[in-house]
Amino acid sequence: MLEVRDIRKSFDGFLAVGGVSVKLDRGRIAAIIGPNGAGKTTFFNLVTGHLKPDAGRVLLDGRDITGLAPHDVCRLGMGRSFQRTNIFPKLTVHENVQAAFLSHRGRGRDLWSRVERLYREETEGLLASLGLLEHASETSGFLSHGAQKQLELGIALASEPSLLLLDEPTAGMSATETRETIRLVERIARERGLTLLFTEHDMEVVFSIAQRITVLHQGLVIAEGTPAEVRADPQVRRVYLGERQ
Amino acid sequence: MGLLARVPWGLVILAAAFFVPAVGSRFYVFLANDIVIWALFATSLNLLVGVTGLVSFGHAAYFGIGAYTTGLLMKKLAVPFLLAFPAAGLLAGGFALFFGFFCVRLTRIYFAMLTLAFAQIVWAICFKWNEVTGGEQGMPEIPYPDFDRIAALPLLGGWRTAEYFYFLTLIAVAVCLWLLRRIVGSPFGRMLTTIRENAERAEFIGVNVRRYELAAFVLAGAFAGLAGGLFGIFNRGVFPDFAYWTKSSEVLIMTLLGGMGTFYGPALGALVLILLNQQITSYTEYWPFVLGVILVVLLFVFPGGLAGAAQAAARRLGGARRA
Amino acid sequence: MPDPSFVFAQSLSGLTAAMFLFLIASGLSLIFGVLRVLNFAHGTFYMLGAYAAYQFVQWLGVGGGKFWLAALCAAMAIAALGGIVERLLFRHLYGKEELYQLLFTYALVLILSDGAKMIWGTQQKSVSRPPGLTGSSMLFGATIPHYNLFILLLGPAIALTVWFVLQRTRAGRFIRAAALDRETLGALGVNVNALYTWVFVIASFLGGLGGALISPMRATTPGMDTEIIVEAFVVVVIGGLGSFWGTFLGALIYGQVLSFGILFFPRFSIFAVFALMAGVLIIRPWGLLGRPLK
Repeated sequence: MLEVRDIRKSFDGFLAVGGVSVKLDRGRIAAIIGPNGAGKTTFFNLVTGHLKPDAGRVLLDGRDITGLAPHDVCRLGMGRSFQRTNIFPKLTVHENVQAAFLSHRGRGRDLWSRVERLYREETEGLLASLGLLEHASETSGFLSHGAQKQLELGIALASEPSLLLLDEPTAGMSATETRETIRLVERIARERGLTLLFTEHDMEVVFSIAQRITVLHQGLVIAEGTPAEVRADPQVRRVYLGERQ
Repeated sequence: MGLLARVPWGLVILAAAFFVPAVGSRFYVFLANDIVIWALFATSLNLLVGVTGLVSFGHAAYFGIGAYTTGLLMKKLAVPFLLAFPAAGLLAGGFALFFGFFCVRLTRIYFAMLTLAFAQIVWAICFKWNEVTGGEQGMPEIPYPDFDRIAALPLLGGWRTAEYFYFLTLIAVAVCLWLLRRIVGSPFGRMLTTIRENAERAEFIGVNVRRYELAAFVLAGAFAGLAGGLFGIFNRGVFPDFAYWTKSSEVLIMTLLGGMGTFYGPALGALVLILLNQQITSYTEYWPFVLGVILVVLLFVFPGGLAGAAQAAARRLGGARRA
Repeated sequence: MPDPSFVFAQSLSGLTAAMFLFLIASGLSLIFGVLRVLNFAHGTFYMLGAYAAYQFVQWLGVGGGKFWLAALCAAMAIAALGGIVERLLFRHLYGKEELYQLLFTYALVLILSDGAKMIWGTQQKSVSRPPGLTGSSMLFGATIPHYNLFILLLGPAIALTVWFVLQRTRAGRFIRAAALDRETLGALGVNVNALYTWVFVIASFLGGLGGALISPMRATTPGMDTEIIVEAFVVVVIGGLGSFWGTFLGALIYGQVLSFGILFFPRFSIFAVFALMAGVLIIRPWGLLGRPLK
């Protein structure tokens, strides 16, 4: 479903991502891990179109999307959540998610209809499945961190993606919140048949749900395979020595 | 509180505005006419600043273009108002499309500087193109629209030309504001607010930020042009300073004063600013000084403007409706 | 083909105008580079510098080097004004939206320029040239006033001094560091707030000095602030927001475009200037010598 071929990106001579290739089949859950600065977020930015790669290709369902703008990539079925919570702070929780529906269902060019009643059911349904329905009319900027992250997920899901990229979805969460979030993510991925690619620092999370893991270090892939294979890889152990949670 | 919110205040104020010539002197009609036109101008700017988050320093360019368009068509080519007025919006919108194309590729301060540069270009052309725009002297004596046929109708006779023009302005501005209100409250308008709130996230829900910003720019410019078209006639003349950057800052201040966060805020700002101006200049010639002080107080104490402060107060009293 | 001595005179007048513009624009660029704010009030500081010079000349007279003293006092008074404004008012807007900061500087324009009207009225003020520089010489067939020539020497001298301060002194290094990354600078323990105040003070000094020095050449009137600020914007955009030598280069280019524009396309010289500004923003927004904003 997603194929990244030999993607490369340098910033002012610094090689952030050097020749990374990833293959992800439909319906699978994969993770990209690596120490800080390994290039995970840059890699995500390259896949989603926020950055243009210096070399390499990104293919979504066989279609070359390299260098396409983020809004086009989104319309082709890729959703993304961001590492730093990226929501629409002055809009309510309901409006945040509704906006994604409006955009995805092509209502953006409508200058006439009143926006309040549109996609009410879909929005409330999605909020309910995320446990956010009770906060629907609250201003999203005032929500707790955990709730904002869930909202973030909700916005990404409202674009009805087939591939979902999650950049550190449990960053800054407590152990309980983390478990809940991961359970939620897994359930939603299963229910909707999503393909999932995420990055994480929390190894427990990664090993509990990822089916394939790619390990990055200083912009290069140093290991790739099932959780068991990766865990046993000597290079990975070396890189992560001292990084254990 | 709920009952109060259900009153269609917009219609009430519009109806009240129609009575000004009946109860007020010539001067009050003049003042009201001024306020109504600037209310449209300020609301059009707010589509950019308040709704989309794009700060433009050159909005007066479209005001000026609209004014010169209507003025030229009516004065030199004897085109009737019903054609000359929409032409102002079309031409201003067209220029906004051209200028905006370049402006939306830039961000923040560069965007603002380019809008300023384009506005100054418009000003410079109006200032120097003597043959067409009258140059520094401008175009005085723009004719009023022909009201004879209206005056002949049964109940509508007996008003002075300036008053007919006032009624016309009221209707035109009311329609424009209603259209703008629909736009802001539409899915398109909601997309614009997502751009303001978080352009990066907006991109990733499929919003082509540049295209939407350009659309907002064109709409804002078109409505500013319509305001300009009205103002040229009202002012009995069109002059280059309509496009000068200080005009842009006047309308920006109105928008801030009234409150960028609400739809009617800028219109309120226009009302307050023009009335204040009129009151204070009758006591002192140092109106800019007073305005500067008011602005400083506003920035430090009421950044949400008057409407913002009113909303906050209403919220504290319980149950206010968001614009 | 215009007469060469006329071309020479035009070119020189363009250069002289450039020197004044440079003084003002450099302050604007400095404030933008460090505080990331476009200070609309900078033109007003320039105007106040001219008025202050007039006032000091009234008190001190013009003979025997007094003009230079007056100019210096004027510049320092404006510098103090800038420092006070920053410390008491502007500082409190730092966290807030850029639009508010910009509008505050515009509010300053309104307050200060009307303030000038209150103190000095609306009639033109003039300052006579300092003795010793009242004459003029024939150069290449054109009559060039000595004062203008002096400005042509003084301008680059001031530029080099400021550049030296920025490059070689500790304070200058801090200023340049703040322009690049103020958060880190703060984390390193530098008193960033005080630094901002000093930047404002220095920038206001330069602006006020420009106004003071131009007062013998042009009449001091209200409205000179709004005229000059737009010109300063053009200069800073062409040269590059935040770049010191960019501002110098921008001022030179602007001066020449304007003076020769008037010569060959008298009606469209103002247009040309803004078209140049727009062109730079479209093609290379960070100007000739600037760096792209973070």
